[in-house]
Amino acid sequence: MRITVSVDGVDYSDEVEPRTLLVHYLRERLGKTGTVVGCDTSNCGACTVHLDGHSVKSCAVLAVQANGREVTTVEGLARDGRLHPVQEAFHQNHALQCGFCTPGMIMQAIDLLADNPDPDEDQVRHGLEGNLCRCTGYQNIVNAVRDAARRMSPGAGPDAERVDEAALVDRTPMRTGGGE
Amino acid sequence: MIPAAFDYVAPTTVDEAVRALAAGGEDAKVMAGGQSLIPVLRMRLAAPTLVVDVSGLTELSGVHDDGDSLRIGAMTTHYEVQRDPVVREHARLLCLATDTVADPQVRHRGTFGGSLAHADPAGDLLAPALALDAVMVCVGPSGTREIPAAEFFVDYFTTALAPDELLTHVKVPKLTGWGAHYEKFNRVAQAWSIVAVAAALRVSDGRIAEARVGLTNMGPTPVRARGVEEALVGQPATAEAITTAANRAAEGADPPSDGNADAEYRAHLARVLTERAVTAAVST
Amino acid sequence: MTATAEPEIGKARRRKEDARLITGATRWTDNMQLTGMLHMALLRSPVAHGRITSIDVTGAVRMPGVLMVLTGQDVAAEQGSLPCVWPITEDMLAPPAPSLAVDRVNFAGEAVALVVARSAAEAHDALSAIDVDYEDLPVVLDMARAVEDGADLVHPDLGTNKSATWVLDSAEAGTGSDVDQAIADAEVLVERTFRQQRLIPAFMEPRSVVVDPSPDSVTMWSSTQVPHILRWMLSAVLGIPEQRIRVVAPDVGGGFGGKLQVTPEEVLTMLVARRIGKPVKWTETRTESMLSGHHGRDQLQRLTLAARRDGTVTGLKVDLLADMGAYLRLIAPGVPILGAFMFNGIYKFPAYRFTCTNVFTNKTPTDAYRGAGRPEATFGIERMMDELAAELGVDPLDLRRRNWIRHEEFPFDTVAGLTYDSGHYEAATDRATELFGYDALRAEQAERRANGDPVQLGIGISTYTEMCGWAPSRVLGALRYAAGGWETAAIRMLPTGKVELVTGTSPHGQGHETAWSQIVADRLGVPFEDVEVLHGDTRISHRGLDSYGSRSLAVGGTAVVLAADKVLAKARTVAAHLMEVGEDDVEFTNGAFSVRGTATTTTLGEVVTAANAAHNLPDGVEPGLDAEATFDPENLSFPHGTHLCAAEVDTQTGQVKIRSYVCVDDVGKVVNPVIVEGQVHGGLAQGIAQALYEEAVHDESGTLTTATLADYLVPSAVDLPHFTTDRTETPASTNPLGVKGVGEAGTIASTPAVVNAVVDAVRHMGVSDIEMPCTPMRVWKAIHRGTTSGVPTTPGAGGGLGSIDERGGAE
Repeated sequence: MRITVSVDGVDYSDEVEPRTLLVHYLRERLGKTGTVVGCDTSNCGACTVHLDGHSVKSCAVLAVQANGREVTTVEGLARDGRLHPVQEAFHQNHALQCGFCTPGMIMQAIDLLADNPDPDEDQVRHGLEGNLCRCTGYQNIVNAVRDAARRMSPGAGPDAERVDEAALVDRTPMRTGGGE
Repeated sequence: MIPAAFDYVAPTTVDEAVRALAAGGEDAKVMAGGQSLIPVLRMRLAAPTLVVDVSGLTELSGVHDDGDSLRIGAMTTHYEVQRDPVVREHARLLCLATDTVADPQVRHRGTFGGSLAHADPAGDLLAPALALDAVMVCVGPSGTREIPAAEFFVDYFTTALAPDELLTHVKVPKLTGWGAHYEKFNRVAQAWSIVAVAAALRVSDGRIAEARVGLTNMGPTPVRARGVEEALVGQPATAEAITTAANRAAEGADPPSDGNADAEYRAHLARVLTERAVTAAVST
Repeated sequence: MTATAEPEIGKARRRKEDARLITGATRWTDNMQLTGMLHMALLRSPVAHGRITSIDVTGAVRMPGVLMVLTGQDVAAEQGSLPCVWPITEDMLAPPAPSLAVDRVNFAGEAVALVVARSAAEAHDALSAIDVDYEDLPVVLDMARAVEDGADLVHPDLGTNKSATWVLDSAEAGTGSDVDQAIADAEVLVERTFRQQRLIPAFMEPRSVVVDPSPDSVTMWSSTQVPHILRWMLSAVLGIPEQRIRVVAPDVGGGFGGKLQVTPEEVLTMLVARRIGKPVKWTETRTESMLSGHHGRDQLQRLTLAARRDGTVTGLKVDLLADMGAYLRLIAPGVPILGAFMFNGIYKFPAYRFTCTNVFTNKTPTDAYRGAGRPEATFGIERMMDELAAELGVDPLDLRRRNWIRHEEFPFDTVAGLTYDSGHYEAATDRATELFGYDALRAEQAERRANGDPVQLGIGISTYTEMCGWAPSRVLGALRYAAGGWETAAIRMLPTGKVELVTGTSPHGQGHETAWSQIVADRLGVPFEDVEVLHGDTRISHRGLDSYGSRSLAVGGTAVVLAADKVLAKARTVAAHLMEVGEDDVEFTNGAFSVRGTATTTTLGEVVTAANAAHNLPDGVEPGLDAEATFDPENLSFPHGTHLCAAEVDTQTGQVKIRSYVCVDDVGKVVNPVIVEGQVHGGLAQGIAQALYEEAVHDESGTLTTATLADYLVPSAVDLPHFTTDRTETPASTNPLGVKGVGEAGTIASTPAVVNAVVDAVRHMGVSDIEMPCTPMRVWKAIHRGTTSGVPTTPGAGGGLGSIDERGGAE
């Protein structure tokens, strides 16, 4: 069925099979390979993106369910060549090694900070419980998120990454009803 | 992994959804938030020919104050339940249990009604729903019917819903001013409960006036710990009374054995966690 | 020859690699899309041991998008046998290891058929249309039973389940005395059996392979740690001339030994791409990764420690059974043998015997996993030291002090035949106990015991050493390892003065691009930013032995130093010529050559320009300043440290909570302290995970029941503690950087520290061992049954996808 999705500020309209997962649509159709697949059971969180401003695991969302919605991936965070403060904090705090979990980790960290702009260590750890990392032992990730909180006060959130409405063309209604 | 192919409809009204389910027959599957279903489809443990996506039914989203009870739309997400002031005030046990469901991303997508209809006895919302005497409002081709939680959960992953019925709302009697606690026990944060205990209590003049206790993952359905409730009511809210009552936690339960816990250990955990849950609920 | 004012070596540089990794611009293998690319999917055996009686692919061939369906019979003539390069004994038994099973399957998850289709979805769809009939054969799962007479056999042709037995006896080797005598004379004997459970590396990036064939050369991109070894082995297995194979390891998302392999999937992707003449991609699902990627650990350890009443250790006897799984993978036979050199740890055992029998079972093959043989050994000895302390009623730290090699005793020849070049166990331990608050925690522990607190406190100690820098080649040769241990680096001095460094190491998260840049910048006095590190492509880095065994810095980093020194040596010649002075009058500082006692200088950049122009070079000097060096060290390196864990055990539920974790590691000199600390953190996480969470569990039919991340419990941020880390610094004497290696230390050290803490918390309740992982149920049962030895009871993993079944759900 045909879907129209805004991804990182650009509208795309494509024919997809209902079974296509959002993450596969992003990677294979749109070339948004910054978002990755790490498991089959939505445990690892590597595929985390924002759907209408909230973090979701894009391996547990069908592409057709993103119809008419806004998706933000790790590739859509930097603005005018400047890194998002969470990206910068991950770099400064050595919060990544192999980097495979990093896109999902960054997207979830941004979501977490949107809900809680000044989390303590325990809150950061719980906020990231759906994202697995095999390299870092998490300590530097926790440090990075708390550092990012300091960097981005008063807070990142859905508004911080929502793209200019005027820049969007062919926007579809939020929902388009069923059927192909 | 990629799911097997299926047809997909996203009805915009409950009527449309019910009709789609009826038309789809046995091989149709309702999808709410999809957080349990999509992994199952990806693993190809299920291959429905039709997926009826009801997550867009806005009429089923949100919490309504009906006076003596709350009416929670089945498509209300966990994230919304966690933050809903009405639920927090009148059915705090649900908020506490919802806080422990999966992880933040899943809570953004997963829904209250979806969790209940999925009927995984290790899921964290079943025991609270049972303990709170929630009533499931269901719609099918022949109309609406209400099913008490005690009759709704039939077996592992099995409810009293007919294949062409949809859970639309959950009525939860208000327990305003009650103490509540959800004590969850698992090995890693993301894992399902090995055992968990949902407790809600009304303490009056230092005595436990009313008590509701439900157990997660202690059998094929959530379990109401009636023995504990009986033993608590009328007792002073003391450690000794709570311990005595909690010893009855596993009565009537049929706990499973798996790699994490055998039945004996689960029964033991039920007693320990009940004591902790009730103690915490008393002090809230 | 440090050349810059502020040394680059030792600087907390932020990583170069991050720029692409934090923006989603990473080059994972699965990102590759080539024109006309096809997709391969594999059908895997659901049975652990069986004869394939028939395979019907006719339905699959007719499925939409399907171009090719192959069974083992179809590729039997060309698939060869997967390589094992470490025949540990002359008479080691090694069965043929097909990539695609031909007539028998030997573990659940073994590939039995493949589909090539236009899309991955279509390839997977077609798998369900392949019908395979199996005739069940007896399943061999338990190692101890597998080596008994009359046991069912994994490979009946071999006549036994024992692949090889390897012995190191200090009396025979002349490195010590006779252990049986020591045991006979012992005043105290401690005998224990420990189980090293089977683990799964669980790197985050699933493995992926893309092959682009052409008649004259074939390119493979693979998520591998070992592109050079892979090229060599593909050539050996498939008979393709090596010069016509190019292997590229693009960005690789973790390995931990799990991608130190030549896999069936790599061989099959190569084979079908060449057969079909089109690019083919295979990317595994997580479940495939867990079923088919090699596992780690899995040993049964019978240990006997002899000591005197005063606590002096007098002998150690080690008897191991090591589970190879169904086949011998790349270096699997040697993995437990690495432990032979480490069971004696940091202690002065006068007598030692190590015996290991490698055993076949109908399980996924095992091979290297972070630490590879050394964590198993360290666990064994560090647990035994705690057991001896308990037996003698002395403080386990005091017992270690009595027996360890004192600082002034280095270099020290060990009973296992190694020479530890340097170490300072006293310094690391003193620092660790100070950071930990050892005495205060012991006091609190005593108080909780006295009060009968439901939450008991335990203190676990691990004073470990390990061996790093997998080299020297002659040692590896003596151990019958087929490859060398050297490493190569090449420096290209570009006309603009910028530098390309080519390394034979193959990083997959370790930050070599950053650390190697620091070394080059330090030696050559060029800006850190001016160095580009190239790796992982055999057409660019033609010589190398890749990254594993904590070898990259100690061996590969040293090659970088040597290459830089060659550049400088030649540059000095050219600079002297340009400045018209003798070489002896030229000195090099801050990236410039100057004439001693004068103001005459020329920068390295100017020398590079001159050397590239070649207008005015001394006679006999070739144009350019490029240099290549290969380093083969004289000895291994021996990091060490002291890890202390305080664990709270809820005696009512058995749940363990790590309250504090302190480690002080001595990894020698440090190139980048930020990267080193990160390596320690990650190592700790994996070691703690072995102690508390992870276990690959097979049911009685040989099915892996922990084949998802819902069932195999990789810990999240919530499940791990904050780590307090520090370092002492005793330079290694065996390489010019003084570095030792850090990739595995945290994993090696932490597992026994945690288990020692858990046992220590409940020892007064009659517990002397709890099998790993120390699950709440195991801990609770140990307390309430007074369990002692680690005899397996109930599998310790699971819990997740049991909740998802075919009835699905609608959450």
